Amino acid sequence: MTRYWQIYRLLLRNSLIREASFKANFLLWLLTELLWFLGQILFVEVLFRSTEEIGDWSKWEVVLLIGTHQIISQVFQAVFYVNLANLPDLVRTGRLDLLLLLPVDPQFSVSTKQFGLDNLINVGIGATFVLFSLGKLGIVPQPWQVGCYAAAILLGAMIHYAIMFALATLSFWIVRAQGLIYGYFNVVSIARYPDVVFSGLFKLIFTWLIPVVVVSNVPARLLVRAASHPALLMLHLVGVCILALATSRVLWQHALRRYSSASS
Amino acid sequence: MTLAKYRTIFGVGLQNTLVYRWNFLLRSVFEVIPLLGTVFLWRAIFASRHEPVGGYGFGSMIYYFLLTNLVTNLITPTEDEWQIAADIREGQINSLLVKPLDYLGYRVSLFLGYRVTYSALTLPLVLGLFVCFSRYVTLPRHGETWAWGLLSLTLAAFLQFFVTYAVAMLAFWILEISTVVFIVYSFEYFLSGHLFPLDLLPGGVRRLTDWLPFSYELFFPVAVIQESIRGPALYQGLVIQAVWVAVMWGVGQLMWRRGVRRYQAFGG
Repeated sequence: MTRYWQIYRLLLRNSLIREASFKANFLLWLLTELLWFLGQILFVEVLFRSTEEIGDWSKWEVVLLIGTHQIISQVFQAVFYVNLANLPDLVRTGRLDLLLLLPVDPQFSVSTKQFGLDNLINVGIGATFVLFSLGKLGIVPQPWQVGCYAAAILLGAMIHYAIMFALATLSFWIVRAQGLIYGYFNVVSIARYPDVVFSGLFKLIFTWLIPVVVVSNVPARLLVRAASHPALLMLHLVGVCILALATSRVLWQHALRRYSSASS
Repeated sequence: MTLAKYRTIFGVGLQNTLVYRWNFLLRSVFEVIPLLGTVFLWRAIFASRHEPVGGYGFGSMIYYFLLTNLVTNLITPTEDEWQIAADIREGQINSLLVKPLDYLGYRVSLFLGYRVTYSALTLPLVLGLFVCFSRYVTLPRHGETWAWGLLSLTLAAFLQFFVTYAVAMLAFWILEISTVVFIVYSFEYFLSGHLFPLDLLPGGVRRLTDWLPFSYELFFPVAVIQESIRGPALYQGLVIQAVWVAVMWGVGQLMWRRGVRRYQAFGG
């Protein structure tokens, strides 16, 4: 475990040096992500021009939900996104060979090579919106709520990871797999809606099997609806997180067995 | 002779997409998730209100999103910008520059080829959605809507393609075009009516979108088919749409000419 830490620290250092040498790129990505986020806030403005509530969520509760979604997805993107997005290409070109030869768990080496510093700044922007919404709602969370919120953020980021990792492993079967990366964004796009709008089979699938609906809703509920079963919510999140990680791990191992490299 | 050349390239485009059919099928399948999410969202909003929103009732709202899904599947370029940028960055255009071939013509033929196969692959899925939500689908009441819809759909396809083409031309000057691609895409996502019908925007902003190119990439053809834009507004829209197509074509051509002049043919 300490060895992995040491390796990760080196990788992190490398990424920071890399970022420092592509400053314009760094700023552009920052701007891109900011635009996306502001677009979503605009969307909330538009929605709440025509309604007072969505389900029983008020406007600032929804802004808090979207801010939370932003924090979680940016934490995930900072640590893992670029690496997983590159996986289909590694498989297609056979460059995965090099990573498989390293004396570490291959899942670790394909997941952690690069770190996105710009995403961390976007985490801050998401957090600002969350704090602002709390102010608008007049809520001062208890220390335990803040602790649970932070833990839920990390669990949520791991669920994002499991979903995208599972999608990326499909590239072992279908050669070109850019579609899978769009798949990730399509799947998590429903994470920013209040859970109460969903029902039926759709809700069942996306709260248990591909648990995107709970990812942002649980931490948001922990802050704004402290009274409604916080322990159960956390338990649900932990449960589906473990399930998702385990499933993606099994898929990955299955996929690796199928890998036969490419060209020379 | 000239046409035969491009017909062959069109065929290549057809086959290229067919080779990677799973990639495109999956992409289209995943697009159903946000679509259903949107349906749920508006169902929740309309549960507590009964008057229409920005001219849309629940049914026409769902129909709007079905149509955006259909139009996206029909005309949105899928990977053209990445391919063009790679052609330039990796020096693939060397072999094209020495052939008696117009690069834009080459890319348009490929684009059309891609679109035909992609649409054919994903059409069963899209039609399935139309069947699922058939009670909200209202076919145009006026015969001429079909013609206008087809015209604005074609213009929208070329507008989307020329925007993509112009953005990809940046590869002559910068190494990584992905940030620019995503910045343009975010404007398209929010201002072309992908996330919500533009009629929901406040009046001033709504009028502004009439002059920007984005609404003509998606919202306008959908509104024409849905018959929420008719009469003089329709003709005005078609003219602006055609002007934007011409402008983006011009920008792309200009960038190409400038780009090739400074191009140094790396790799090969």
